[in-house]
Amino acid sequence: MAKVRGTGFAAVNYPTGMHLGGDPTQSLIHMTPAGDVVVTMASVDLGQGLRTVLAQIAAETLGVPYESVVVETADTDTGPHCTGTFASRTTHRAGNAVVMAAEEARKAMLEVAGELLEASPDDLETDGEGNIHIKGVAGKSVPVGEVAGAAHFAHGKSIAGRGAYLKPPSPMDPETGACDPDSTQAHACTVVEVEVDTETGAVEVIDVKSVYEVGQQVNPDLVKGQIVGGAWMGIGHTLYETTAPGYPAIDPAPVDFQNYLQPGAAETPEITCEVLEFPAASGPYGGKGVGEMVTNSPIPAIVNAINNALDVRITEIPVTPEVVLRALDEKAQAGG
Amino acid sequence: MESKLIRLTVNGREEAVVADPLATLQDVLRDSLELTAVKSGCGQGGCGSCSVLVDGELRLSCLTLAERVEGAEITTLEGLNETNAIVPLQQAFVENYAAQCGYCTAGMVMAAKALLDRNPAPSRDEIVEGLSGNLCRCTGFAPIVRAVEQAARALSGEEAS
Repeated sequence: MAKVRGTGFAAVNYPTGMHLGGDPTQSLIHMTPAGDVVVTMASVDLGQGLRTVLAQIAAETLGVPYESVVVETADTDTGPHCTGTFASRTTHRAGNAVVMAAEEARKAMLEVAGELLEASPDDLETDGEGNIHIKGVAGKSVPVGEVAGAAHFAHGKSIAGRGAYLKPPSPMDPETGACDPDSTQAHACTVVEVEVDTETGAVEVIDVKSVYEVGQQVNPDLVKGQIVGGAWMGIGHTLYETTAPGYPAIDPAPVDFQNYLQPGAAETPEITCEVLEFPAASGPYGGKGVGEMVTNSPIPAIVNAINNALDVRITEIPVTPEVVLRALDEKAQAGG
Repeated sequence: MESKLIRLTVNGREEAVVADPLATLQDVLRDSLELTAVKSGCGQGGCGSCSVLVDGELRLSCLTLAERVEGAEITTLEGLNETNAIVPLQQAFVENYAAQCGYCTAGMVMAAKALLDRNPAPSRDEIVEGLSGNLCRCTGFAPIVRAVEQAARALSGEEAS
């Protein structure tokens, strides 16, 4: 009886969104008289940081400071339609909708600015710090707030934009099965080291290392947050969490956190990742989805590491101590 | 059961609420005093999202009867700073992306405060132990542990200066 170590890996190709017979997200943007930008969405931020990402995209496209953008989300009764936060689709779909709305609003903003500066809108540029300049002419500029005020009170104009992104329906060819189900794909590979106690069956995850390719990252810190949190969820699903501990019997089922086990900080190893960026042609500024895939590769990687450590072939989760000990018993009975 | 008057000291203010004698501190803080940083997670002491301080000690408000803490000093997240400005501990959570959905965050901050108040320079293992009663389903804990480490450094730096 001993503690033995093993290494495993797994890789994932993950689709961003699905066509669903037509998958829209729409966006409305307007500027207040003070020059602040309001992005109105029905899309839902679950904590992954969608509001931050959409504010970044709106600010980048409009050419205004990030701090001047407010993203109003999640009123699905009154907001512009969004199919929802699922399928790792929302940065892609909502992000594209915001780019479209911000481009229209930018055009309206530059038209008013052109009148104030007595210049063609084509000759204007934004500095991202709240000013609009005539290209190549020093000292000829106007603050965005002044443009917004003039639009409201002098010109009778609205600085606003509409965005309507649609992933078109893609019916499947009945002969070949061919269709265009997603918009792009992200990729990852995870390598895990575990230590298994052959006496108790307990598994400790020692190390989790991943490489991801997620297109252009809109916000690298939020991407890392998804990857690290997702790897932790993978540890939970692989070693602890189940709603049916007696499967195929469904009773008793856990009803609280005393019986539904999850790893805590003490059971969580260092989780590290490298991120590669190959921008997606269809994505907003090249972005892909990185919401759901983060749990996919850690789970098989951990099971493979356990199998590697014990020279067994476990194919179920969670790999509880009982599952480990039964696998070792079977191996012993088979003369292994 | 007849309602009764319960007098509590919450975030330095004297409060009097009419509540069921078996009302939990969580119910009174959330529903009567509208201190909704006190989250209602599992209602049975399993998740830590309702954590508050009672006379400086970490307590689960869902398992505490309100009338049993009459006369005690109760602190919720809202009481960390009387001007409602963000405190260094919260700033450390922000800078380390230690919150995603946010449901555990207030309880985590209170657990971290209780730890740092009694142990200003905790080891990593002591931080892990100090947060062990609080569940997070999003972050994987590492950002939260890092935030508490940073807060400990910031607080000790403040004391040194």
